[in-house]
Amino acid sequence: MAKRSAPEVNAGSMADIAFLLLIFFLVTTTIEVDSGINSKLPPDIPPPEVKIKQKNIFTVELNKNNQMLVEGDLMEIKDLKAAALKFIDNGGGQSAEGERCDYCSGERNPESSDHPTKAIISITHSRATDYETFITVYDQLVSAYSELREKLAQKLYNRSFKEMEATYDDSKSSEFKSEKLKDKIENIKKKYPRIISKAEPQF
Amino acid sequence: MSKFKKKGSNELPAISTASLPDIVFMLLFFFMVATVMRDSSLKIKNNLPSAADTEKLGQKNLIMFIYAGPPSDSYKDRYGTEARIQLNDKLANINDIGAFVAAERATKREEEVPMLITALKVDKSTNMGLVSDIEQALRKAGQLKINYTTKKGSALK
Repeated sequence: MAKRSAPEVNAGSMADIAFLLLIFFLVTTTIEVDSGINSKLPPDIPPPEVKIKQKNIFTVELNKNNQMLVEGDLMEIKDLKAAALKFIDNGGGQSAEGERCDYCSGERNPESSDHPTKAIISITHSRATDYETFITVYDQLVSAYSELREKLAQKLYNRSFKEMEATYDDSKSSEFKSEKLKDKIENIKKKYPRIISKAEPQF
Repeated sequence: MSKFKKKGSNELPAISTASLPDIVFMLLFFFMVATVMRDSSLKIKNNLPSAADTEKLGQKNLIMFIYAGPPSDSYKDRYGTEARIQLNDKLANINDIGAFVAAERATKREEEVPMLITALKVDKSTNMGLVSDIEQALRKAGQLKINYTTKKGSALK
């Protein structure tokens, strides 16, 4: 009896099938990871009555024409970061615990903020302000804080704050979720707490 | 003549396409892994503002999205041009946010609830009035962690 070999399966259409799937996933794909500015809302309870000295508050107002008033004066958004840095890092007085700011490099102007832990940035805006303007302003203020934290991290630990945070979250690094690193990060965050208050629009 | 003469024609042999499926499958697997399916189609314009100092949003399943912006062109006739909120698949009102948050929380495990983050994807032309209305509603619902989702880039023009 003659030996019959099994007929070969034609794989020519395999590519077509794969292409079909490929195109489907190409179309539905969105690769980018969302990123943005994290923020925390205040809890929905009436705020406690605390007396805050006017010099510890840095007021930023946005009007309906997207113009910005900083401490009562008109200012361009590009100058905001420098003004905020100067205010936060002033260190003119003492913290709530009665300590002077020994890591501040500001002017120590007694008319400006006492201590980074007491410095409050307050944003008020009109209901008609554009979201884009608000985000630009908020981004500038957040980046002022990041710059200060970055500088302090370099001074204290001789490494970048961003890199420290990334290392802490990186499961491949030797310092993944390490307590020591966490303390360092918390220490810097405590020295420059990001206090940005956002008032409800009144007008 | 010589015994090395090739028999048959001088045509080039056909290029084998047998490895083509392999290549395509490789691409296919890449996109399958990298893909994130859009779970809701947007009925509003969503041109996000850009910011420089951004942080990455963590675990995808611990984020709920609130979209806001003016209705897109195909929905203009029905909903006008005033900025609206979109929760999941449909346009909603401020009052619906509380129920939306509760529904999202119900789908998560109990220990995950405090880690939930609300990502606000708001069109850049939206008024801040709507944004602060959303924030007030979230405060009432006790959902305090938020993220203003932005594009990467310098915000200063």
